Amino acid sequence: MAKGDPGGTTRSRRAAPRSRKGAAGDPALVQLLTPEGERIDSATGPDGTEYRVDFTDEEYRGLYRDLVLVRKLDAEATALQRQGELGLWASLLGQEAAQVGSGRALRTQDMAFPTYREHGVLYCRGIDPIMPLGLFRGVDQGGWDPNEFKFNMYTIVIGAQTLHATGYAMGITIDGKTGTDDGEAAIAYFGDGATSQGDVNEAFVWASVFNAPLVFFCQNNQYAISEPLERQTRVPLYQRAAGFGFPGVRVDGNDVLATYAVTRTALDNARLGQGPSLIEAYTYRMGAHTTSDDPTRYRIASEVEAWQAKDPIARVKAFLEKQQIADAGFFAEVDEQARRESVHLRERVLEMPDPEPVTMFDNVYPNGSPLLDEQRAKFSRYMESFEGSAH
Amino acid sequence: MSRIKTFNLPDLGEGLTEGEILAWLVKVGDTIELNQPIVEVETAKAAVEIPAKWAGQVQAIHHPEGTTVEVGTPIIAIDTDPGAGPLDAPSTTATPSGDLPTPSAASLAAVEVAPAEGMIEPGLIGGAAPGGRTAVLVGYGPRTTAAKRRPRKGAVPAQAVTAPAAPAGVDQGVVVGDKTVATPTVPAPQVHDRRGEAVASRGATGGVLAKPPVRKLAKDLGVDLATLTGSGPLGSITREDVQQAASGASVVVAEPIVATTAPSFGADREQRIPVKGVRKLTAENMSRSAFTAPHVTEFLTVDVTRAMKALDRLRGRREWRDVRVSPLLLVAKAVLLAVQRHPMVNSTWAGDEIVVKEYVNLGIAAATERGLIVPNVKDAGRLSLRELADALTDLVQTAKSGRTSPAAMSGGTLTITNVGVFGVDTGTPILPPGESAILAFGAVREMPWVHKGKVKVRQVTTLGLSFDHRIIDGELGSKFLRDIGDFLTDPEAALLAWT
Repeated sequence: MAKGDPGGTTRSRRAAPRSRKGAAGDPALVQLLTPEGERIDSATGPDGTEYRVDFTDEEYRGLYRDLVLVRKLDAEATALQRQGELGLWASLLGQEAAQVGSGRALRTQDMAFPTYREHGVLYCRGIDPIMPLGLFRGVDQGGWDPNEFKFNMYTIVIGAQTLHATGYAMGITIDGKTGTDDGEAAIAYFGDGATSQGDVNEAFVWASVFNAPLVFFCQNNQYAISEPLERQTRVPLYQRAAGFGFPGVRVDGNDVLATYAVTRTALDNARLGQGPSLIEAYTYRMGAHTTSDDPTRYRIASEVEAWQAKDPIARVKAFLEKQQIADAGFFAEVDEQARRESVHLRERVLEMPDPEPVTMFDNVYPNGSPLLDEQRAKFSRYMESFEGSAH
Repeated sequence: MSRIKTFNLPDLGEGLTEGEILAWLVKVGDTIELNQPIVEVETAKAAVEIPAKWAGQVQAIHHPEGTTVEVGTPIIAIDTDPGAGPLDAPSTTATPSGDLPTPSAASLAAVEVAPAEGMIEPGLIGGAAPGGRTAVLVGYGPRTTAAKRRPRKGAVPAQAVTAPAAPAGVDQGVVVGDKTVATPTVPAPQVHDRRGEAVASRGATGGVLAKPPVRKLAKDLGVDLATLTGSGPLGSITREDVQQAASGASVVVAEPIVATTAPSFGADREQRIPVKGVRKLTAENMSRSAFTAPHVTEFLTVDVTRAMKALDRLRGRREWRDVRVSPLLLVAKAVLLAVQRHPMVNSTWAGDEIVVKEYVNLGIAAATERGLIVPNVKDAGRLSLRELADALTDLVQTAKSGRTSPAAMSGGTLTITNVGVFGVDTGTPILPPGESAILAFGAVREMPWVHKGKVKVRQVTTLGLSFDHRIIDGELGSKFLRDIGDFLTDPEAALLAWT
């Protein structure tokens, strides 16, 4: 099964001519930057919506910087896991554009509900990238304050966060915070595998009938761990939205510009009170599902190579070079910054203290409980019974 | 901090215990960068490249390619400052986490080893579970590597932290603080939990030991756990204790658990019985046969009144006075005579050929205390009726006394299963592997039956014949069954006609 062509259903992909490239050959796929770095002025979605972006040179360079930094920090985390410093890591390699494009489209007031792979969105929300590493190192319950950064905790349960997001978005409506240009919206991240979950389908129903200001952002990275997309769906995922009664659009998830444009439009529709929508960011997980996974056991190298040609960062770099928006000095400076930040991240991870075991009682209830206090006291006495205990 | 850093094989995938060194990507003396791939390791989950944790020069490689290494074992040493001149002394300290604080030498010296598997209370997580398993809640199974744990205060040597097992049936008290806690006298060595400290922690807190479902039950039944004395391991309160208390019966402490052969159900109301011996063999044989030989089963209900009368007459003869004469004897004779008329039923499917046997080793399925066994009468076709009767008697008695030899159970060619002794009419028997026909002989009952044009009370039985359709077609199977039925309907006439 050729996986190299982001467009159409399983069947139409098989029949599709191999010469087709970019948005020109696939009207369903919104694309503003081709894998070769060619800019497309505007693209039309399946419902006729026009998508375009108008970035300054500085903003283009900023997106490139985000992409490179996010990839480098992710690679550092993978290395740290291999070196025994993290228990597990879910790499985002290959999905940087989908995450940075959508993450940068969020406004300050918008609330995001991530899976456990949204390190790029987390970065765009201004959260210290060390936060998820504490979680995966097992020394922290999650790290950041979801309300402060408008970025919920990582959700490990597949698809569960779509229901949380739906409830939150319904709350936005009840609070009367939609209907204006500066209204609020929420975005729920999930993957192609999650679309097979009951939770996600329930969220679709509720968000639809309550007209919740919510963007369902599906990163279709082609694999639910080892199950390929054709085992998840017989229709393109974005078309599922029609059955629930809201618009769906497929965007080139390796195109940071198109992803930004599509997400911004969907969020704006939501904040204006026009209800939910589904974005299928068509992308590819270049790495393993997690560090416990071995993708060579279920997919072939030629498929990975085909997607390498559509790398989300290479196309931005090609574009910046062609348009002379950035020079070699800029690229070297970004690489150096990425190296510095990854080394800094590594040093801080290695210095993360192991938490005192007794702190596991700390965040169970907002106001504590007598039973919990009793358990804490018992546990403290138990810990004190060991030699060399500090307390 | 030492110049030489040793890298230990980390757990690469959530609970793995070992990995195989597939290939070294660096060699001793190589200068390496941070995160440079140094070794390819394959675990049960994935083959991965491990990036270097430190930049420097490879000082030593501890395991050659192809070796399987336990998690936590040093695999490579890296000189992190090779430009600083020769080394003073090789460093030996190494921790899996490198820069993290190292445990003190004293605590390292007194490292505890994980308790042996059997020291964990059965049923607890990590303890022995029914069926030879080790109980785990979730995850990848019990750890098989040694656990490192700080020693407890009080300086009891690790091996003696746990209280010695009380001799079976002898009550013994352990003084903890100001309390005397009765240890259970259950004849089992598990008077300590996985950490060996439950008695101490119980004494320290004064709480009662009971599992959550038992606490729930007590709450539901209005029983105060504090008023009970537990009969479970470590003096824990069991479901039975609560139920006895609720029903007004006094709970007797330290009463030895009486062994019984009746099923003993756990809290989940399930009992797990290891599959072994005859049960295992039966299961394997039946599964193999059922899913390789295409079975067809046919039934025939026959009036055996005349045959029963013939048996009575036989019993009345002087020379048969001491012989056990049962309906099974007549059925066996019927089968043997029918085989002579249809030799193809006495055969074996051997893949590319069918092996037809002149001899009949007649198997008789027997229910014994050990389970189902199928001894056979060797070359039964050559025996006279009297010899056959003696052989069957001997076979059944040997089986019931559990003395059936393996030889007597091998080489069967055709089998009768006498399900009638259990009072049922018939069944669809499964062929013993290698045989092509098996006859189920049901109970002989008095039934209304049309006899000579009138409904009369007659002795009737149902025969069920299963055969291997690869060898025996419906026609052959039907004729074979019909002949058995004819013999049992009128043995004298059949004998006269066939022999």
